[in-house]
Amino acid sequence: MKRLLGLAIAILAVCGLLGFSANRLEATDNSGGGNKVLNLYNWGDYIDPSLIQKFQRETGYHVNVETFDSNEAMYTKIKQGGTSYDLTVPSDYMIEKMRAAHLLKPLDRSRLKGMQNFDPRLMNLDFDPHNRYSIPYFWGTLGIIYNDKYVRSGQIKHWNDLWSPKYRNQIMLVDSARDILGFALASNGDSMNTTNNSQLLAAKNKLDRLSPNVKAIVADEIKMYMAENESALAVDWSGEASEMMANNSHLHYVVPSEGSNLWFDNLVIPKTAKHYAAIYAFLNFMMEPKNAAQNARYVGYATPNEKARELLPKAVRDDRQFYPDAKTMAHLQIYQNLSPQLVGRYNDLYLEFKMHTH
Amino acid sequence: MSRRQYANWGYYIPYGLWIGLFVIAPVGLIIYQSFLNLNHHFTLANYETYFKSGTYLMMTVNSLWWAFLITVFTLLISYPAAYYIHQLKHRQLWLLLTILPTWINLLLKAYAFIGIFSQSGVVNQFLGLFGIAPQQILFTNFSFVFVATYIQIPFMILPIYNSIDDVSDSYINASRDLGATSWQTFSKVIWPLTLPGVKAGVQSVFIPSLSLFMLTRLIGGNKVITLGTAIEEHFLTTMNWGMGSTIGVVLIIAMVIIMMLTGDRQADGGRVR
Repeated sequence: MKRLLGLAIAILAVCGLLGFSANRLEATDNSGGGNKVLNLYNWGDYIDPSLIQKFQRETGYHVNVETFDSNEAMYTKIKQGGTSYDLTVPSDYMIEKMRAAHLLKPLDRSRLKGMQNFDPRLMNLDFDPHNRYSIPYFWGTLGIIYNDKYVRSGQIKHWNDLWSPKYRNQIMLVDSARDILGFALASNGDSMNTTNNSQLLAAKNKLDRLSPNVKAIVADEIKMYMAENESALAVDWSGEASEMMANNSHLHYVVPSEGSNLWFDNLVIPKTAKHYAAIYAFLNFMMEPKNAAQNARYVGYATPNEKARELLPKAVRDDRQFYPDAKTMAHLQIYQNLSPQLVGRYNDLYLEFKMHTH
Repeated sequence: MSRRQYANWGYYIPYGLWIGLFVIAPVGLIIYQSFLNLNHHFTLANYETYFKSGTYLMMTVNSLWWAFLITVFTLLISYPAAYYIHQLKHRQLWLLLTILPTWINLLLKAYAFIGIFSQSGVVNQFLGLFGIAPQQILFTNFSFVFVATYIQIPFMILPIYNSIDDVSDSYINASRDLGATSWQTFSKVIWPLTLPGVKAGVQSVFIPSLSLFMLTRLIGGNKVITLGTAIEEHFLTTMNWGMGSTIGVVLIIAMVIIMMLTGDRQADGGRVR
């Protein structure tokens, strides 16, 4: 008994010690640059580092960048607290979810300069009406990348083309339940946000029939494989596609005109924010067309800032692959935040599809 | 006597803390969470879902099957290798060389294999010399088992080598003197005496192999699905930590069973060392 008590006390003591030192560490972290800091919580490699340098030079704020690799990981970290992120970059459905969970602070419009620079089609969307909480950072689509060494141009125009038996063991898919079930739903003419079980089942059964054509379901590695001509076709996001295409001129990107996903990554102020002067300085800095254009050239994604787009080279600015025409735009769908039960349903079906693959 | 025990007790503090904080507490948390549903209410539904779902059961069978295959191949390579290394002159050096790959990060090794097995990789370039068209090696069951086996080999060789090292030469000489053939010496003397090493090796290979989720994606291209894939998905995407924990508990139970099956039963085995 004495032993047990001693053990319990010792464990508590260590916990206390760990908590205390974590607290101290955080305190020193924040006081690092006094109040002249900005803690940016961003996706990996999602901002031009020279822009951060420029911002620091111009304003004197020190920018700490931390990165995440999934919306869910970011959400968990912000929700659990203990962090002091001033700005973060969730995607559309996650903004809706964070809004519902009261994790976001509304933007003060009077302190923002340049909101009129944005493409009105990309503003005031369902996930954030009137952009009360978010400013678009980048946007893009889901589509098909093909290698013209193996696939003649014009042969891939629609999702259904992927099911052709000539692409046996030729397609790589991005490892994301929502996107893979999403394109199967779109190919059936159903909503990518469907809550209808029979539509979901139909999509899953259709995916099962795709599995002989699926070479692999991978994540970031797709970029490397496609650049090295490992596979003829891939389903991935436009931003990833632009990086692949920068490394291999045989690659092309197609957004099926019958419908696909339209996604946004927007800047928001999470509840953990502290340094408001720095936040608004940074937001205004990033909205300046010159800076937004430089960032778009570095990251390679489509910029929502129209003034910035005008500053891009003509070949980029008018590239239909990344700035689709009005007709395709009209068919694109934004993911809505689904209930946890439905997210589970999507993922269970996706897991079954993966099991079927092998 | 009791005072002496009390004084020695201090030595157990680091170990006790370690076990408490990093073994018992996490396992307790996993078990606790496995009884929670999405709304954090107590439920048995996760286990019900698991055992009623063909998908999860199939995945469990798959995990066990792959882990079994990896263990068998690792053993087939490691036992002769350990035996051979033991007879070499500079055995410590050779042993060091076999263990050397474990100093390199698992991810780096996986990425290296991508370079070796890909369409434009070393293997296909070599086959190209003989006019053979590039083969699909990556994302096959073969490549998955191959890479997993490669990664696990050092963990199998080490315990087997140690137990071979423990076998006194006099036993072997005695066996020969008494007229046993080489095969009889091996099967009646060396093998039984090195069995504890084999069991330890099997444990340290089979158990981690049950949830090699990084390799299933990088090398298997998600065409090989194990329980690790499902756990990752439940913790990172669906955020259904309860279900993820349930699968975790099933894995823990599977590991306990393996430990019991391969455990040292000194009592019925007679004197082992």
